[in-house]
Amino acid sequence: MSEGTRKKFMFVNRTAPYGTVYALESLEVVLIGAAFEQDVSLAFLDDGVYQLTKGQDTKGLEVKNFSPTFRALEDYDVTKLYVEKEALEARGLTEADLVVPVQVVSAGRMAEIMEAQDVVLSF
Amino acid sequence: MKFGILVNEGPYQHQAGDSAYLFCKAALAKGHEIHRVFFYHDGVNSASRLAEPPQDDRNIVVRWSKLAADHGIDLVVCVAAALRRGIKDENLAPGFRISGLGQLVESGIQADRLVVFGD
Repeated sequence: MSEGTRKKFMFVNRTAPYGTVYALESLEVVLIGAAFEQDVSLAFLDDGVYQLTKGQDTKGLEVKNFSPTFRALEDYDVTKLYVEKEALEARGLTEADLVVPVQVVSAGRMAEIMEAQDVVLSF
Repeated sequence: MKFGILVNEGPYQHQAGDSAYLFCKAALAKGHEIHRVFFYHDGVNSASRLAEPPQDDRNIVVRWSKLAADHGIDLVVCVAAALRRGIKDENLAPGFRISGLGQLVESGIQADRLVVFGD
C-alpha cells in the first residue's frame, strides 16, 4: 500500500468520557487519522454514548472537559458519527441530549457498518 | 500477511501486552510480518528500561527489546501518552523509539491487518 492510500478507519468508543483515559486518547487518534486524510468514522456503543452528552461539567474531577472537541470534528471533515440506538435507549438518552448531529443506528446496522471498514480501532 | 499491532494496556496490570507479544511470536513463526508495534495509553509503560520485575516473573520490557533485536520489529511509543507517564528517551529500553500517533495511523494504512490488544 502506498502513502497515498485512503482507508476506511472506524474508531469505536465504548467507555464513559471520564474514569479512564480511553475516550480522550481515542479522540486524539481520530484527529490524526483525519489529518492523514483517511475516511474516518466514529461509533459510540455502551457507555461510550455518554461521551457525546450535553452539559458535561468536569470541574469537580479536575480533568479537562473534552466534549467541545466533538463539535470541531466537522472542520476535519469527520462527519460520520454513528450512535447505537440500543445503547442510547438503555440510558434514557435521545439524540437531543447530544452535542453534535449523529446517525442513530440499530446494533444490527452498526455491525454492517463495521464490517465495511478497513481498520477498526476500539477504545 | 503484514500485521500492525496496537497495545493499549500497561505491563503486569493487564494481559493485553502479553497477548500482543505472544501473537507477534506466533505470527512470526508462521512466516508473517509484523510491520510495527505501537504502544498507547498505559501500554507506553512497556518501554521503561527502569522496570525490575521479580526474578521468577517474565520481564515484559526485555522480552519486547529482544523481539525487536531478533526480528527487526519497529517498536513505537506514543509521545503524548509517554510524556504524560514519564517515559522519555533517557529511560527508554533498547529497540523502542518515541514518535507520534501518525505512526499508528500509518501502520493501519500499510498493514494488511491492524490488531488491537486492550480492554
